Amino acid sequence: MGRYLMRRLLQTIPILLGVSIVVFIIIHSAPGDPYAYLFGPRVDPTLRARLMEEMGFNDPLPVQYIRWFTTTISGNLGYSIRTQEPVIDMMARALPRTLLLTGSSFLLGLAIAIPIGVISATRQYSLLDYAATTFAFMGISLPSFFAALLAVYFFAVKLPVFPMNGIHTPGGGGFWDVLHHLALPAITLGLRDMASYARFTRSSMLEVLRQDYVRTARAKGVAERIVIYKHAFRNGLIPVITLLGFSLPGLFGGAVIIEQVFTFPGMGLLTFEAVNNRDYSVLMATNMFFALLVIVGNLIADILYAVADPRIRYA
Amino acid sequence: MAVTNPMPTPTPEPYDGLAPTETSYGRMVLRRFLRNRMAIVGAIILLILILISVFAPVITSATLGWGRDEIDIRYIRAAPSARHPLGTDSAGRDNLTRLLYGGRVSLAIALGSVAVYMVMGIAIGAVAGYFGGWVDNVLMRLVDIIQSFPFLMFALTIVAIRGPSVSNLVFAIVFLSWPVPARLVRGEFLSLRERDFIEAARAMGVSGFRMIQRHLLPNAMAPLIVNATLEVAGIILSEAGLSYLGFGVSQPVPTWGNMLSEANNMAVLQTKPWTWLPPGLMIFLTVLSINFIGDGLRDALDPRLKQ
Repeated sequence: MGRYLMRRLLQTIPILLGVSIVVFIIIHSAPGDPYAYLFGPRVDPTLRARLMEEMGFNDPLPVQYIRWFTTTISGNLGYSIRTQEPVIDMMARALPRTLLLTGSSFLLGLAIAIPIGVISATRQYSLLDYAATTFAFMGISLPSFFAALLAVYFFAVKLPVFPMNGIHTPGGGGFWDVLHHLALPAITLGLRDMASYARFTRSSMLEVLRQDYVRTARAKGVAERIVIYKHAFRNGLIPVITLLGFSLPGLFGGAVIIEQVFTFPGMGLLTFEAVNNRDYSVLMATNMFFALLVIVGNLIADILYAVADPRIRYA
Repeated sequence: MAVTNPMPTPTPEPYDGLAPTETSYGRMVLRRFLRNRMAIVGAIILLILILISVFAPVITSATLGWGRDEIDIRYIRAAPSARHPLGTDSAGRDNLTRLLYGGRVSLAIALGSVAVYMVMGIAIGAVAGYFGGWVDNVLMRLVDIIQSFPFLMFALTIVAIRGPSVSNLVFAIVFLSWPVPARLVRGEFLSLRERDFIEAARAMGVSGFRMIQRHLLPNAMAPLIVNATLEVAGIILSEAGLSYLGFGVSQPVPTWGNMLSEANNMAVLQTKPWTWLPPGLMIFLTVLSINFIGDGLRDALDPRLKQ
C-alpha cells in the first residue's frame, strides 16, 4: 500500500506542472492590455511603460511563468485587477460555499441514486426498472441551467416554498436557513449525476449478482435479502467509489452555471464575474485551484479504491 | 444448340426464423437497431429537428413571415398572439422564428467540433496504444493534464480570454475534449494487441500505419461510434450552457442556449415563461433523442457492451 501511495503521489507532480503551464499559456494568449484598468487613462504613458517594465511585463514568457509559479507556490496569488483585493481572500470566502454546494449535490445524488440502482438491478426489467431507466435518460438530457430555471419558476415563483437566490437571508441566518437556500441549487446541480450514478450502480450490481459467490450464497440457502444487501451490495458498491473522481470536473464546472442562476456567491460566481471583468489574476487562481481539486479528488478516489479492492494495488 | 442451365433457378424460400441466413455485420446492426423502439423514436425526432433546422428560412417565410432578426418595434416582450405565436424577445424579435433557426448553429457546432476532435483523439490514441512505451506515457500524461480541468469553467475562461466567437468556442471544445476518444482508442488497442488475429497479422509482417488502419481501428470502431454519438449530446449541452452565460454564440445569431439567457431578467423568468421554456425544451428534446440513439447503437453494434 505504501509503495502504491508513493507512486500515485509522484504521478501527480508532472500533471500539476502541466496544468499550471496550460493555465499560464491560455491566460497569456489574451489579446489587448489586461492592465488598462490598473492604471486608468490619465497615467503618463512613459511612466506606465516604466512601471510595466519594472513589473516584468516585457520579460520572456518562460521567465514570467517561473516567477508566477514560485510566487503562487509560496501562497501569494496576487491581487484582483478589478477590486485590488488579495485573490486568496476572495477564494477563502468563496471556496467553502462551493464545496458545500458541490458536496451536498454529490451526497444527495448518491443517497437517491444508489437505492434506485440497487432496486432496478434486483428487479431487472420490472416496471420500476423501466421507470428508473427513463428517469436516468431524462436526467442526463436536461441541461442543468434549464433545470435550475424550471426549479426557480415552479418552486420559488409559482409556489414560493424556496428562496430564489443567495446563500442566506440578508443579515444572517442559521443552519436551516442556509439549508433552505441550498436545496434548489444542490438538487439541480446534482440531477445529471444522480441519473448517471443510478445507471452505474445498476450495472455494477447486475455484474456482481452474476458472480459465483452470489450463486454460492444462494445455493447454501442464505435469505435473498441478505444475499443482496450483504454479499452483493458491498462488492457492487466498490466501483461507485470511482464516481467521486469522475464527477468532480462536472460538478465544479456545473457550479459556474448554477451559481450564476441562483446568485450563489461561490467559486463559480467568482469565476463568472472574473470572466466578465477580464480579471486575469482571479481567473488564473480559480482555474488552477479547480484543477488541483480535481487532481486531489482523483487521488483520494484511487486510494479509497485501492483500500477497498486490494487487486488494484498490484496491477 | 442452346446451352440450358443445368441448375434450376432456386425459388427463394421465406425465412423461417431457424435456418442460418447469410447476413453482413452491417445488416445485423441495422436489424438490431430497428428493433429498439426508443432508438427509432429518437432517430425520427432528431431527423425532424434537423429538417426544421435546414429548412428554417423556408418554413418561417412561408408561415409566419418574420425574418430571423426582424424587429417588430411595437411588440417588445409581447405575449403570445396570432401575430407572434410564442411572443417576442427583449428586442422585439419573433420567438417562434428564432426557435426554428436556433437548432442550426447548435447542431452544426456540435457535429462539427465532435468530428474534429474525434479524428484528433483517435489519431493520438492510436499512436499511444500502438507504440506504447514512452510515447504512450507522454501522451497519456497530456490527457491527464487536460482532463484535470472542469470542462465548463475552463471552456468559459478560454472563450472569454480569446473573445466570444464561434471559432473560439469550437477551439475550446476541441482543446478540452480530444482526450475522451484518445483514451478510448488507446484502451481498445491495448486489449486488441494481445489477441490472436493481431498476433497473426504481425507474424505476416503487417506493421505501422497499415496495422492500425486495417486491423486495429476497425475492431475498435463500435465503442467509438457510440461514444461519438453521446459526445454530440454532451457538446450540445455545453454549447447551450456557454451561450446561456453569454460566452458561446453571440447575438443576433439565435441558438437555444442564448435564447434562454432572456431568462436572466427576473421579470422575464417570472412572468414570461413562453420566452424561455420552448428553447429549453428543444435542447432537452434534442439531447434526449441523441441519447436514445446512442443507447440503441450501443446495443446494436456490440451486445456485449450492454449495461
